[in-house]
Amino acid sequence: MPGFQRNWYLWMALLLGITFPVALGYLWLIISSLNSEMHGLQPVGLWEIDNWRFLWEPIGPRPMIWTVLANTLIFALGTSALIVTVSAMAAYAISRLNFPGRGFMLGLILILHAFPAVSLLIATFYVLLAIGLFDSLLGVVFVMAAFLMPLGIWLLKGFFDGLSWDMEMAALVDGASRWRIFWHIALPMIRPGLFALGIFTFLVAWGEFIVPYTFIVSSRTWIFSVYLQSLAGDMERADFGLVAAVGVFYTLPAVIIFLLGQRYLLQMYFGGSKG
Amino acid sequence: MPLLFLLPAGVLVIAFFIWPVVNTILLSLTNLSTANFGNPDFVGLDNYSTVLSDRWMPRILGNSVFYLVATLAFFNLGLALVIAVSTSFIPQRAADGIRLFWLLPRITSPVVFVLIIQGLLAPGPYGVLSQLTGVSQSWINAYPWTVIVFANGIIGASFGMLIFTASIKSIPDEQFQAAAVDGASQMFLVRRVILPQLRWPILFVTAYQSLALLSSFEYIMLLTNGGPGFYTTEVWSLWAYSEAFQSYSGTARFGLGSAMVAGLVVVALIVSLIILRLFRFNDLVTKPKIEVN
Repeated sequence: MPGFQRNWYLWMALLLGITFPVALGYLWLIISSLNSEMHGLQPVGLWEIDNWRFLWEPIGPRPMIWTVLANTLIFALGTSALIVTVSAMAAYAISRLNFPGRGFMLGLILILHAFPAVSLLIATFYVLLAIGLFDSLLGVVFVMAAFLMPLGIWLLKGFFDGLSWDMEMAALVDGASRWRIFWHIALPMIRPGLFALGIFTFLVAWGEFIVPYTFIVSSRTWIFSVYLQSLAGDMERADFGLVAAVGVFYTLPAVIIFLLGQRYLLQMYFGGSKG
Repeated sequence: MPLLFLLPAGVLVIAFFIWPVVNTILLSLTNLSTANFGNPDFVGLDNYSTVLSDRWMPRILGNSVFYLVATLAFFNLGLALVIAVSTSFIPQRAADGIRLFWLLPRITSPVVFVLIIQGLLAPGPYGVLSQLTGVSQSWINAYPWTVIVFANGIIGASFGMLIFTASIKSIPDEQFQAAAVDGASQMFLVRRVILPQLRWPILFVTAYQSLALLSSFEYIMLLTNGGPGFYTTEVWSLWAYSEAFQSYSGTARFGLGSAMVAGLVVVALIVSLIILRLFRFNDLVTKPKIEVN
């Protein structure tokens, strides 16, 4: 966009001004995780390794961090894999196949995409009880996947719509089934879309708090956000370093994946997310 | 054949959207609670009248409206516009970096984000703001609404930022050049070239984020849990959630909670339908490529 040559440093100053407080917060968290105590921005006692003791010993009655990490990985990867698979299939049908009620399906997906699924938590609790998946990782994976799926279908439908029809047509003429075409021709061609959706949903699930907090009770199946909340809830002020260290440990993988996947993600965020 | 492709998605939609919506309505007509799990009684509209006659109801309703309007106006639209416009006036690389940074709060878990805010705003000698201002107090207790709106807004702003940036980038260069030839100032560009083009994106972000804010209570729950004091920062969705899941009295009243949610669900459905209408749904349904099933 033209025109940035003039006065660009004024705009830059404005941006740095509003961005600085947020950056300060993250910086402060990192410093806190490395010191026994912080007085404002001043560390009291430098380089405190004790903050990171959660790596080799359980904190109070809580499970070991590695159990929590494994649970979180299962939760985030499971959610992501389920959404990508289910959305890709549905999106292909909506984009490529003609069937009665197709317009209605698409409308429903769009409504659900905008619909705030969190408001259904009470009734979802009941559903989970009914199908016997309350207090299980599988249960929260299903809930998360369902809540994010409309977004996934909507995004991948766009990718399928953008594919040229010629190759699929040729395969159809050769007698390939719709399923084979979907699997061997269409899916490989929308790989960027699958990556984008996969990374995006992984990150959402990784950070998710309210769904696992509501539907997981036993600490054996805790995921990171619930673990950290339990820790932050009954820590003395002086032990903030420990809580901060867990926070850093928890956030770092997300930031790395975010940076590695930003090329795919940026197109994803245009598809819309909530918050 | 299409059925096979749609089956898994269909199962999820039925189990976690349609069933819960129906369930919400049904539960709201019963007195289901942890006290009578399994055999609740049908109580008709009792729950609704309980909600409507609650002495805190007007305050909670007012809070919800305030929360939605303030966050939307100052951050999800306001801050988002400021970032989108000003990053289009600075060199590309710096602009990309700053926009990327603003996505960071979105990928940070709410628990960690709230942790940062609590640390920054704690009383002295720990809190950063207390140290900087020399006034030692719990800033969250002193200004709960400001903190809540800020926290939600800093996360919410990135959605509008991305949408507005995309729209600004799609404005044809000639329009800027023509204005530049006329010697237009940058403020003129913003007011007369950029903002008029953003009318639809602004409407979209408003509608979409209103829905999200209507039901979002995560940050409020973690920051103040509706306090300090009686229902100072309680919003409707948090009220419903607490009624069902955080029972202070020992019995979680799912029926009552459902009645509170039912109102939200109806409003959300109506707004979703309006969004669908407004943003030309029919243009989105392109004909499928060939009809061989």
